[in-house]
Amino acid sequence: MTTPPTTGEAVQNHGTSDRPLLRMTGISKTYPGVTALEDVDLELMAGEVHCLVGENGAGKSTLVRILGGAERPDEGSISLGGRDLSVRTPVDALRAGIGVIYQDFKLVPHLSAAENISLGQLPTRGTVPVVDWPALHERARGLLALLGEDLPPDRRVADLSPAQQQMVEIARVLNHDARLIAMDEPSATLTDRELDNLFGLIRRLTGQRVGIIYISHRLQEIDDIGDRVTVLRDGRNVGTFLSANLDRSNLVRHMVGRDIEDERSRNVPDTGEEILRVEHLRRPPSVHDVSFDVRRGEVFCISGLVGSGRTEAARLVFAADRKRSGRILLSGREIDPRTPRQAIDLGIGLLTEDRDRQGLIMELSVRDNILLSRLTALRRHLGIDWKRADEASQGFVEALRIRTPDLHQKVVHLSGGNRQKVVLARWLFTDAKLLIFDEPTKGIDVAVKREIHALLRDLAGRGIGVVVISSDLPEVLNLGDRIGVMREGRMIEILGRDEATQERIMQIATGTASGIGSGQ
Amino acid sequence: MTKTIADRLVATVKEYGIVVAFVVEILVFSAVSDHFFTVSNLTNVTLQTSVLAIIAAGMTFVILTAGIDLSVGSLVAASGVVCALLLKLPVPAAPAILLGIAGGIAIGLLSGALSGLFIARFAITPFIATLAMMTIWRGAAYLMVGGRPVWGLPEQFDFLGSGRLAGVPFPTVVMIVVYVVAWFVLAHTPFGRHVYAVGGNAEAARLAGIRTNSVLVLVYVICGGLAASSGVLLASRMSSGQPNAGLMFELEVIAAVVVGGTSLFGGRGGIIGTFFGAMLIGVLRNGLNLVGVESYVQQVVLGFVILLAVMLDQFRKTG
Repeated sequence: MTTPPTTGEAVQNHGTSDRPLLRMTGISKTYPGVTALEDVDLELMAGEVHCLVGENGAGKSTLVRILGGAERPDEGSISLGGRDLSVRTPVDALRAGIGVIYQDFKLVPHLSAAENISLGQLPTRGTVPVVDWPALHERARGLLALLGEDLPPDRRVADLSPAQQQMVEIARVLNHDARLIAMDEPSATLTDRELDNLFGLIRRLTGQRVGIIYISHRLQEIDDIGDRVTVLRDGRNVGTFLSANLDRSNLVRHMVGRDIEDERSRNVPDTGEEILRVEHLRRPPSVHDVSFDVRRGEVFCISGLVGSGRTEAARLVFAADRKRSGRILLSGREIDPRTPRQAIDLGIGLLTEDRDRQGLIMELSVRDNILLSRLTALRRHLGIDWKRADEASQGFVEALRIRTPDLHQKVVHLSGGNRQKVVLARWLFTDAKLLIFDEPTKGIDVAVKREIHALLRDLAGRGIGVVVISSDLPEVLNLGDRIGVMREGRMIEILGRDEATQERIMQIATGTASGIGSGQ
Repeated sequence: MTKTIADRLVATVKEYGIVVAFVVEILVFSAVSDHFFTVSNLTNVTLQTSVLAIIAAGMTFVILTAGIDLSVGSLVAASGVVCALLLKLPVPAAPAILLGIAGGIAIGLLSGALSGLFIARFAITPFIATLAMMTIWRGAAYLMVGGRPVWGLPEQFDFLGSGRLAGVPFPTVVMIVVYVVAWFVLAHTPFGRHVYAVGGNAEAARLAGIRTNSVLVLVYVICGGLAASSGVLLASRMSSGQPNAGLMFELEVIAAVVVGGTSLFGGRGGIIGTFFGAMLIGVLRNGLNLVGVESYVQQVVLGFVILLAVMLDQFRKTG
């Protein structure tokens, strides 16, 4: 019931003697292969803004998804206003007065803003329920006005800007008269003015004793709006703190843990000629201006918050999306691939973050997945030279130490780390010159993580250009010879190994570094 | 923010491209055939198209949720056969006819409920669940009558398929009523908007507290019910219960919906488009017949029209 304080500064109560509005106790949730939450407690007082922070994958989103009934916990209980609450479906949560703005919540694109705001509770009139359009639009206008937004309520959501869509999502939750509102990264797409409106609204809500759970990566916002802060790390509650007592470096230290800065001893490699140069890549709305270069022998890391345009920029290099403007040079020669196939033929590989859905064919064997992109290279007469195919894939299984009973095991039966190695083997088999890894160790346990790090270093040492996109700061610091930090679709700064620290990166990524403009 | 008149024109043509295509088609056939643009022929087209169009209305609900219903053709046969068998019961004509209609339609509602249950509750893909229903009902239709059509239905029953109200064929009247109601339900009732929400973003709909499973079941019930109603109308027009009625109807119906601009990925499109989609196909058939194009060639032309319509749809989505 109580959180054991991990440091002296941890506090349990908000200073008032009130009963908490919300109490989540012993929440645990496991997905196949990953423990998302382990015995997490959380308390929220009425009228409080309680911030949840932690690195990506720390379990913040899972916790609010459980609160909203989008997921069911394996263990743990929730009580609201002192009464036990069974939240098994989103309907249960909404009835109890819990409103959640999900991070990945998407609106229904071809319905209007007003319909999205009232989705699930459209106002009706008549004995045969007919949608009361004037009432619907009036309600939407009123809620949007609270947010300082005056977009036409009958506009289709697909035609709205990302910030306007976010406002529609916030308005949707307000529509439920919630006693408790959880917001998962509501500010990611908002401008400063819109953020001010949101904060004004939050203050009005807390004035009416509504409890707010607020998730954000921007630490400045926590200073601005938070009463208390709970830090999650690797699915565990590290501690709850009064935000007034917590300075930023302490907070970051709690978020990332301390036990990681162990292996920074290796030498900076000789950086030879340039393998990739990217100049002013642009594809709104997610990529505005991205430039960087990758040299032979180095690992180039791209850091930044989720939604800062890292993945989108990588997709432009790989031609998974077409760039609007900008130049890409591979080994000094300008290239303009139009399809991923052309990019692959030029020697570029992209290992996507969602390796299960975008990288692997789960029902095929280890061997078939490895050879997939270049089966033509193994042709003999009219068929495939299976003997050579077995040899080639066996070679990769051994070199990468893929733990599988044999080559014919279906990939679906492998663990996350070994799946990642299979994808990697496929790219190595294509003779790539440049490999871009998007979150290569996400959801992978520590031991395999190290192996993959060693592999990436080894690849770089063999002259392959290696770009790693990662939200895991220790990983970025450990791997990166140079680190580019992105924010709001721009490459803000590229740090050398010696200048990079977790705090520095966080400052740039959250836009709180002194002397750097806010970007918009 | 402000759009030029040219932008608006382009937007309108994109949104209602099917109407433009339909008008062009009418103009072309009017030019090449004297018989085409006459009251009697146009009335005839609506009669011939009504069965297809009524089912397409139901299919629009299903496809808007990103589903598909392959069982509609078999349901036309099964409901017609059941209706015919009930009509042959040794009771007076009036109650027998009511019983026949009710029994036929009940088959469709039942089948739809089953499909919906498998799809919503047991997460079987719509294609497979309704493929199974398609096979089951086709087989059942043959079984119930030993493979032979049921003839000798009461004369009063013929009104449904062949009668006229104020000069308008009864099936045409049914079709118009179905379309008005379907349009209203989709555009103006919470259920209709939930259909769009489930097809546009099922997870968002679920998290908003919409009972997505109920919505799914209901769309298949509607589709099955309308397919069975068409089956009853068709049985009346043929004065018999034919176990091989409605063969391949599902494909023509899906074509009408898609040509009408409803996206197979769900969430986008509507009943007005489907009406014109069905009519476009009906007029094409009729016009090609009048011009004397043989039926095999008609098939080929129809195929190209479907391709063209889907390409138009793609253009609309990206452009």
